[in-house]
This record gives sequence, structure tokens and C-alpha cells, in this order.
Amino acid sequence: MTDEPKGEAPPEMNGDADNGEKSGWAAFMDDLTGVNVDWRSAVLVPVLAMTAALAVSVLIIVASDIELWRSFSISALGDSFGQAGSAMWALLTGSLGSLAAVSSTLAFAAPLILAGLSVAIGFKAGLFNIGAEGQMLMGGMVAVALGITIDIPVFLNVPLAIIGAMIGGGIWGGIAGLLRARTGAHEVITTIMLNSIAGLAVVWMLSTKFFQPEGRLDPVSEDIAVSARLPRLLGFLDRSDVRVHLGIVVALIAAYAIYWVLFKSTIGYEFRAVGFNPNAAHYGGMRVTWLYTSVMALSGALAGLAGMAQINGLLYRASPGFAAGIGFDAISLALLGRSHPAGVVAAGFLFGALRAGGIEMQVATDVPVDLISVIQALVVVFIAAPALIRAIFRVKTGEEIGQLTTGWGT
Amino acid sequence: MTTKTVALDEGVVRTPAEIKRSRYLGITYLLLAAIVLFFFWRWSGDLGNFTFKLARPLDPSAPDLTLSASRTTMIVAVVLAGLGGFQLAKGFGKFNNMVLGFGIFLFIFAFLGWATAQSSLGAFSMVGMMKATIVRSVPITLGALAGVMSERVAVINIAIEGQLLAGAFVAVVVASPLATADDSLFLGAPLGSWIGVGAAILAGMLLAWVLAVLAIRYIVDQIIVGVVITIFVGGMTAFLALRWLADNPQLNQAPIFKSIGLPGLSSIPFLGPVLFDHNIFVFGAFILVAALTFLLFRTRWGLRARAVGEHPGAADTLGVNVYRTRYLNVIIGGAVAGFGGAFFTLGSVGRFDENMTNGRGFIGLAAMIFGRWHPVGAMAAGLVFGFADAMSQTLGILQTGIPSEFLGMTPFIATIFVVAGVVGKARPPAADGQPYIKQ
Repeated sequence: MTDEPKGEAPPEMNGDADNGEKSGWAAFMDDLTGVNVDWRSAVLVPVLAMTAALAVSVLIIVASDIELWRSFSISALGDSFGQAGSAMWALLTGSLGSLAAVSSTLAFAAPLILAGLSVAIGFKAGLFNIGAEGQMLMGGMVAVALGITIDIPVFLNVPLAIIGAMIGGGIWGGIAGLLRARTGAHEVITTIMLNSIAGLAVVWMLSTKFFQPEGRLDPVSEDIAVSARLPRLLGFLDRSDVRVHLGIVVALIAAYAIYWVLFKSTIGYEFRAVGFNPNAAHYGGMRVTWLYTSVMALSGALAGLAGMAQINGLLYRASPGFAAGIGFDAISLALLGRSHPAGVVAAGFLFGALRAGGIEMQVATDVPVDLISVIQALVVVFIAAPALIRAIFRVKTGEEIGQLTTGWGT
Repeated sequence: MTTKTVALDEGVVRTPAEIKRSRYLGITYLLLAAIVLFFFWRWSGDLGNFTFKLARPLDPSAPDLTLSASRTTMIVAVVLAGLGGFQLAKGFGKFNNMVLGFGIFLFIFAFLGWATAQSSLGAFSMVGMMKATIVRSVPITLGALAGVMSERVAVINIAIEGQLLAGAFVAVVVASPLATADDSLFLGAPLGSWIGVGAAILAGMLLAWVLAVLAIRYIVDQIIVGVVITIFVGGMTAFLALRWLADNPQLNQAPIFKSIGLPGLSSIPFLGPVLFDHNIFVFGAFILVAALTFLLFRTRWGLRARAVGEHPGAADTLGVNVYRTRYLNVIIGGAVAGFGGAFFTLGSVGRFDENMTNGRGFIGLAAMIFGRWHPVGAMAAGLVFGFADAMSQTLGILQTGIPSEFLGMTPFIATIFVVAGVVGKARPPAADGQPYIKQ
């Protein structure tokens, strides 16, 4: 354990982070919002990182244009940049340009925020939960199992799905926490393994009579009962393209609850203390075994909720890929949001917008939607290495993120 | 870990943890014996004979192995019970793991015998399954080797998946336009395919260099870098596959490396086709295991590299350039992973599909841990995982009614057991994952 930070308490434990002189715009932000935080690392770096990532993605679109390489002329270069420009425009209009676009952004944001919170709470306790994907699958499958068997009024059935998904994901996450606490098995390895196990388990479950609709041979489940589906918030408009559902409300409530747990409750203090220095927490009388297990169980429960949002809010049935990589996006998202619930919500809206806009981009400009994974990866690189941002934009940034996780050996 | 020890009457000293483990092992043997006895023999009734075919039509001829199902399972059950009894009474000492391996082998043999006897086919090609085991182990072994090279110098590499995927993509895109069918072959492939392999290796090295720069110079969390690289490559290859390959299928069809039978060795019955008749990727993996073992454990350079992984401060004091060693090893690892990536396209199907590595890189990571950060261990683990893969395919053919997904899970469950210390504790290099900041 030589990589433990020594000496000073972490910024968030000091209360306000930046007590020195603030530049004009930072002071302005303080006045505007009434809170005193380190705006440079909280806002400036993420915004610049996003800008840099979008700029690089434009270059990727241009450089990957086969027509440009075939003709190699100025006009072809113009065409490529034109395509890149309209792709960026489609990203914007597809995510914010209409009621349907905004609602689609919000519908995508719901599971992203929930999964992002799952990873973020792990980071706060010094645990790296790569297993959100598997926990989503397990939580989602519990929601499916309940949804296809139970048909009670919606105000009972939806909470039932929520609780069931939290238990399913919570158990899957709790296994990794318990293993870490009792045997020292590193949570990165166990959660990666549990992801693969969950993936195979879903394929198997979807081939059983319980889940599979009669006459189907492919791995897919029956549709869940209408009463189990998350109600559409703008259902009264009666438009099928306005998809925003109760999931976003669940996500925002969860974000506030996590904020409260982390920063206002005793157990949240203990989570952060164990993340800051597990040895100190142990000598301070905290039960590290219990804390690791409960953090991972809570983390898994949040991911399970994300799986529920995916099933009960959007798809209404399970197929092997229903987690759709959200559990991995959640890692980028938690880093972008600085593992703070408010940051995660903001980042969740951004990634939801990217997903919604990405679909529009592929339809309108033929630029494949997979570009958004590239954008998200680039964002994280820039966030995690502010030195790159400093070099590109010539601005001062906050501290490096440094080591969020521990190596296998500890 | 407690140091309290208990002396046995023979004077052998065992820790309480070892005694506990010994007890678990003994109970495991007895359980396996019970399963064999109850499920395979008593419950299924007399199933008659089963046949393992040791040669396919064109292979060097070998007799079929035909045994009576009930007799085999009974013998296996008795032996397993005996092992369990001895383990509980005395223990096998330093042969524990070897005996465990033997016990598991017996169990699987009985299981396969039962599965074959109960199916309507009554026979299956053992040579085909063993060959598939070797082939399927190759990308896992190569991925694990990439991890070993990197983690031996204390840089965690969970970007293996990304490196494999990048290698797969680059190899096919470079090889497809360059290689034509009427080219002369060199070691099973035209020159263009070899250039594709070279490009894949370069791609792996480039990603490894990015990992090294971010982890070593910018001191970004290594696990996060690994995840990000994997996400980046996944997105980028899918993006380019749609943008380039969808409309240009001629860019996505490369000749596949042909098998080379080693003269003499490949005509040995059974072993010949299983071990000595493969394409260059399989032989390459074997050679790399040997070469990297020699490099890491028999050369001065390897000793220094391992010192950097265990105690970089001490290595630095003795004049080893920690940063250069780390860069070099991580990039060598990237080259190995890039080569392994090329296997997916040029060594196997000849075309790229989105996310075609399908988690093999993560299994490689597991194999590295399972193999205790040693190249030979990595290969052994790769073979175990390859066997699980090949066997789930076989069971699908034999229609045992056991979901193949369960068998597919075994590598992952086994890895969890290993990291949890149930089957002996795997110890990573001491400084693994910690950045080194020169004082």
C-alpha cells in the first residue's frame, strides 16, 4: 500500500475545495450558484474535454472518408468536412432539436445515469465496479421475470419491478464486494468475470420455457405486462415517438438519494473514508468487510435499476444484448461526472444526448453511430489526463485524477 | 496470513490454511466420486459402450477407443473416492495440485464417456475436440502473454481485448487488398497476408504505446486507461467496419493461413493431427511461450524486468532504467496481442465482424491470473479455457441436455476461485498497478 495519498485530507472532506483567489469567471459561478467548489476541475475540464473529443471525432470522420483518399482533391476535402459538419449538426438536432429528440435523449439518459451512479459510488469507496453491465443484466432479468408473471395495478407493479431489479443487481454486485472483503479478490477481476457469467446466464435463461415465448427458438423473452411498464411521462400527447418515461424520474430521485447517502449520512462518510484509506478506516473502528460488501451491493442495485429502466422503460422484453454497453459507458460517465451525483446526472444527459443524436447522425449522414463510443473514450482520456487538456488549450486545470483504483496486489 | 503451524507425526509442517484446503479438496473428490457413481452410472442405467475416435478419415490411422460406460464410470468413481480418502487422511503434500489435475481429468473422462454413451451417436471425434482445444486456446494464450509481459513490469494491461480487436481489424484490412489467390505461399500464406500480420503487430504496439504513455508519463490510472482503450477500439473498429467494409467487401476477405504439418511429427497417430498440424499462429503461440519464458526467467534482461515489477525503487537504485523497461515490455506485450488479434481474421475466418473477439481478451486476462503471471502458466490456462470452449461445442453435438452456457461459465468461475484463493493463492508482481515516480 505505497500509493496511498498521505497528509492532507481529500478536498471533499475539507468541505470547500478552493479557498484561494478565484479568477473572475469562477467567482461569478460562485455568485451565480451560491456554492463554492473548484469550478476548474468540476466544469472547465469536462467542457474542454468534450470540445476536444468532438474536434478529434470530426478529424476521424474526415480521415476515414474513402472518397477523400480516392480523389485526394481540395473539393473532396471540402465534402468530407461538409459530411463531418452535418454529422455534428445531426448529433445536435437528434438530441435537442425537437420534442421527440429531447424525449429520446431523456429516455436514453435514465439507464445511463443509474449505471453511472453505480460506478461513481464504487469510486467514492475506492472500488472499481466494471461489473455494471452484468449487474444490469441480472437486475433486468429479475424485472422481466416479475413482469411476465405478475399483472397487478401499475402503481404496485412498477415499484415491485424496481425492488426486484435492485435485489437482483444488488446480489450480483454484493458477491464481488463480499469476495473483495473476505478474500481480497480484486473487484475488477471478479466483476469482469461476473459480467461474462451473467451474459451466459441470460442466454441460458432466455432459452428456458419460463422466459421464451411459445414457438420461438431464438433467445428472447415474452413481453412484460403492460402494468409493469414505466409509464410515459408525456403519454397524454399520444405520440409514439415521444418516449420519455418514468425512468428519468427514478434516475433523478436515485441521484439525489445517493447524494444524500454519500454526503449527509454516516454510512456515506464511512464509504468515503474507506475509499480514501481503508487502513485508516479500519483503525478508526469501521467495519471494512461490511462496508465493501454494502458498497458493492448498493452499486449493483443501482446498476440493476438501470437494467430495469432498459427493460421496463424501453424494450419491454429481454434479449441477450439488452444492457447495450451501458454498463461500460457508465465508467466513462462516472469519470466525466467526477464521481459526484450531480456530475453524473449532467454527464448522463450528455451521453444520453450522444446516443439519441448518434442514431439521427447515422440515419441522416451515414456516419456510423459507433462514433459515439469513440467520442466517449476520448472524453475520458482527456478528463483522466488533464495534462493533455493543458497542452491543447493552454489553460490551467485542476489536479490529475491520479490513482482511483488499487493494483491487484493489495 | 497466519504463521501458526501444526506439526504432523511425519514431521511435515502444514499451516491451518493448508489443512483446511486439504479437507476441502478431499471432500471435493468424494463429491465428484458420488456424482460419477450416482448420475453417470446408477441413474442412467446401463448405457453400453462409448467410443472416442482417435483419428479422422484423412489422419494417420489410430484405433478407436471403445470402453464400457458402466465399467469406466465405476472405476473412475472408485479411484476418485480413494483419492478423497487419502487426501482427508494424509494429504498429498506437494503433489496436491498434480493430483487435483488428475482427479479432474478422470472426472471429465467419465463425464465425456457418459455423455457419449447416452447420446444416439455413441461416438465422437476425440481428435477433433483436442485439435479445437489447441486452436481455441491460441488467442487466449496470446492475450494472456501480452498481460504477463506488461504486468511483470507492474503495468496493468486490461486493454488486451482492445489490442486483440485492433489486430483482427488491421490484419484483414491490410491483407485483403495485398494478398491474391495466385500468389506463392510462404509458411501457409501469401506475402500480403504476412504484411497484414505485421500491420496487426504494429497496431497492437501502437495501442500498447498509448497505454504506456498514459500510464507511465501521465500517471493516469492504469485500469481506467485499459478500459478506455478497449471502449475506443470497440467503437473505432465498428465505426470503420461500417464506413469502409460494408460497401467494400473486397477489403474484408483475406486468404486464411493454411495448416502446415511438421514433417515426421504430423504423421504420429492422434498426437500428430492434434499438436503438429496447425497454421502459423498456433506454432507461433507455442514458440512465443518458450521464448518469453526464456527471456523473463533465464536472461539478465528478464531479471531486471521482473525487478522493476517487484520493487522499482530498488531496481532504479541498481541502475535499471525503470521507465524504459516498462515502455519496452508493455510494447512487446502489445506486439504479442496484435499477433493474437490477427489470428481472429487471418488465422480463422478471413473476415472481420464487429466485436468478433467477444471477450477473449478478458478471458486472456483471466488466463494470465490463472497462470500466475507466468508464460507457461498462461498457456496452460489458455488450454484449459480452450478445452472448456471445445467441450461445450462437443456437448452441443452429443445433445446431453446440459446447457452449453454452463460449461462456458466454468473458466470465469474458476478464475473467481483462483483470485479468491480457494485453489491456492495467485500472487501478482508486488508493484503491479502502481506508477513509479523517480525521486
